[in-house]
Amino acid sequence: MSTQIFHDSKADKAFRASWMVNRIFIYGILIIWAIICLFPIYWTITTSFKTAPDVMKGNIVPWWDYTPKWLGFKSLGLSPNTIFIESTVREEFLKRFWNSTIIAVCSSSIAVMLGSCTAYGLSRFKYRFGFMRNSDISFFFLSQLILPPVVLALPFLVLYKELALLDTRIGLIALYTLTVLPIVIWIMRDQFSSIPVELEEAALVDGLSLWKAFVTIILPIALPGMVAAFIISLVLTWNEYFFAALLTSSHAKTLPVMVASQTGSQGISWWSMAALSFAAILPLVIIGIILEKFIIKGMAAGAVK
Amino acid sequence: MIVRLLSTRLLWGFNKKKIRPARFAGLKYYLLDWVHIIVSSTEGDYLHIVMQDEISARRRYLGRTMIWGSALILLFFVIVQSLHQVGWLASGFATWRPTLYAYLFWASCLCWAQVILYGEQGKRRLFILPAVLFVVSMVIFPLIFALGIAFSSWNLSSPDGRQFNGFDNVIQMWSDPFYWNALKNMVYYTLAILVEYIVAFGLALLLNAQIKARKFFRVAFLMPLMLSPVAVSWMLGKSMLEARFGPISRLARELGWDNPSFFGSPEMARTMIMMMDAWTFIPLMMIMILAGLQAIPKELHEASEVDGATPWKKFWEITFPLMLPVSVTAILIRIIFKLKLADIIINVTSGGPGGATDSVTSFIFREYRDRSNVGYGTFLAIFYLVIIVIAMTILIKLSDRWMKPRH
Repeated sequence: MSTQIFHDSKADKAFRASWMVNRIFIYGILIIWAIICLFPIYWTITTSFKTAPDVMKGNIVPWWDYTPKWLGFKSLGLSPNTIFIESTVREEFLKRFWNSTIIAVCSSSIAVMLGSCTAYGLSRFKYRFGFMRNSDISFFFLSQLILPPVVLALPFLVLYKELALLDTRIGLIALYTLTVLPIVIWIMRDQFSSIPVELEEAALVDGLSLWKAFVTIILPIALPGMVAAFIISLVLTWNEYFFAALLTSSHAKTLPVMVASQTGSQGISWWSMAALSFAAILPLVIIGIILEKFIIKGMAAGAVK
Repeated sequence: MIVRLLSTRLLWGFNKKKIRPARFAGLKYYLLDWVHIIVSSTEGDYLHIVMQDEISARRRYLGRTMIWGSALILLFFVIVQSLHQVGWLASGFATWRPTLYAYLFWASCLCWAQVILYGEQGKRRLFILPAVLFVVSMVIFPLIFALGIAFSSWNLSSPDGRQFNGFDNVIQMWSDPFYWNALKNMVYYTLAILVEYIVAFGLALLLNAQIKARKFFRVAFLMPLMLSPVAVSWMLGKSMLEARFGPISRLARELGWDNPSFFGSPEMARTMIMMMDAWTFIPLMMIMILAGLQAIPKELHEASEVDGATPWKKFWEITFPLMLPVSVTAILIRIIFKLKLADIIINVTSGGPGGATDSVTSFIFREYRDRSNVGYGTFLAIFYLVIIVIAMTILIKLSDRWMKPRH
C-alpha cells in the first residue's frame, strides 16, 4: 500500500553499524576485565566447597560439575555440622580474626583523629617550627609515605623487644597508625581546603571557641572525607603483612600472618586454604561493595586539584 | 542580624574582660576593633584570629613547671634504666616500658602546657603538635637507632650481641650479588608501572564512556584492591597458577602449551609477580585517572567535536595533555607503593628461582628471618632508603619542571 517515504541514508546506516561495533568492543573489554577481576574470588569461594577429586578434575561450576561439600569450612570448624563442636582451628581463626579487627579499627581511628586535626591545622593556621613553615610541615608528614617499611622494621623489632611491646596489639596499632597517617592527612587536607573559611568565622562570631567550631561545625561537613580516609586506612591495615610477620609470634598474630603460615603446610588440600582465604578477604569484599563510593572518593582526593 | 550578633559579642567581651573600654575613644572604633579581634580577615586561605590573651605570671610559671618537671621525670627514668642496663645500678625495671610511660607523660604535659603558656595560640598548636610528636618519635628516633645498628655486626642468634664493625657491612654489601640483583629487580618492577598505567588509563576511559551498569563495573574493577596480598598470593600464585590443577595451567594446556610452569624460569617468574602485583594495584591508578577524566569539562570535547576532531585526535590533543598532572600524581603514588612490594614475593616464590624475583624488601625480610642478621639487614635497608630518597627527589623535581606551563 504505502511506500516508505523516508529512508535512512547510507551514511546513517554506516554510522549505526560503527556505533554497534563500538558498543560491542567497549562492553567486550569491560566484561573481560570484570571476569579477570572477579574470577579469582569466584574460584576461591567455589574451591572451598570442593573435594580432592573435584580439585584434580578441575571442576569449576558447582551443582553442574560437582556437588558442593562443606569440606573447607569443616576444616576451619565453621561448617553447619561442626559449628557447635569445639574446634581448635576455629578458636585460632577467631582469635586471629579478632586481632586483625581490633588492630585495623583502632589504628585507623587513631590515624583519622590525629590526621584530621593535623590536616585542619595545616589548612587553617600559619605555623612556624624553627625554619619549618606550613608547606614544610605538610611535606614532612607526606614524605613518610616514601619511607619503606623495611627501614623501620628491624629498629622496631629491637626497640619493641626493649619496651616489651613485641607481640602485642598496641605495638602493631602504633606502627600501623604511623603507616596510614600520611594518607589520612593527604585526604583530609584536600577535604578541609574545600570548606570555606567563612564558616568558622561565622561560628567564631557566634561565640564558639576554636576547637568547638572545629568539632561541631567543620567535622560534620568533612565527615565523608573522614569515612573515606578511615576505610582506606582499614583496607591497608587489615591487609598488612610485613610488620605483622616480623613483630608478632603468637599472641597478637593477625589474619594475614595466619593465612601465610598455612600456605606452605597445606599441600594440595586446597579446600581448607580456600576457606581460610575466603574468610580473610570477606570483610573487605563486603565493605568494598557497600562503601565503594567512599573508597573512590578517598583515592580520588588529591589526584584532582 | 549582624548588629545583634556583634552586640552579643560585645557583652561577651565585657564579661571576659578581654579588652578595656577605656582604650577606645568611641563606639565606632570599639566595634571595628572588636571585629578585628574576634573575627579577623582572611589572608589567602588561612583563618586569621587575633586574640588578646593575657597570660598571668602564675600561669606561665605553671606551664613551664609542667614541661620541665615532666622532662626531669623522663630524664630520671632514662638515666636509671640506662645505668641498670649497663649494670652499674642493681635496681631498675626489667624493660624500658616505664620509660615509655614517662615519655608519654612528658608528651601530654608538653601539649597541655601549650594551652597554659600561649592561650589561644597554644590551642592552635594543639592541632598539629600530637601528630608531630607521634611521627617524630616513631620515625626519627628509630631511624637514628637504625643508623647505629647499620654500622654494627649483630646477629640475634649469636651470643656476642651487638658489636660495632665500622664499614664491614658496606664491603659485604658491595660484594653481595643477591642484593644488587634485588635492586635490579626493583628497577624492572618499577618499569612495569608504565604498562599498568596504560591498562589503567584504558579502563578509566571505558568507565568514563557512556555505558550501562557503570556502578557494577566500578565495584568489580575495584575488588582486587580490597584483597590482602597474602590471600592473593594463595589465590593466584599458589592455586590458580599451580602447574597441575590450576585453572590457568589447564587453560594453557588447552591452548597447546604442553608443560606450563609459571615460576620455573626467572623471566617467567618475574613476569608473573609483576602481573599479580599489577592485578591488585591497577584499580588504584584507574580510580585516580577516572577522577581526573571526570573533572575535564564537557565543553572542551563538544568544542573539539564541532571543530571536526576525530576521537583519536581528541584523545591526544585534549584528554591526554589535560590528564598529565593527574597521571604524574598517579604514577608517583604507584611508584611509592611499588617500592614496598614484598608480601606477594615472600609468599609465592620467596625470592626464587635463584633470587630472580627478589625485591629489596623481601630480600631483607629473608636476611632477617633465615639468618637473624639484624646489623647487615638494617644497613641494606638504610642504603635502600637513601637510593629511594634520591630517586624520588629527582623524579618529583623533574615532573614539577615538566608540568610547569612553558611560556
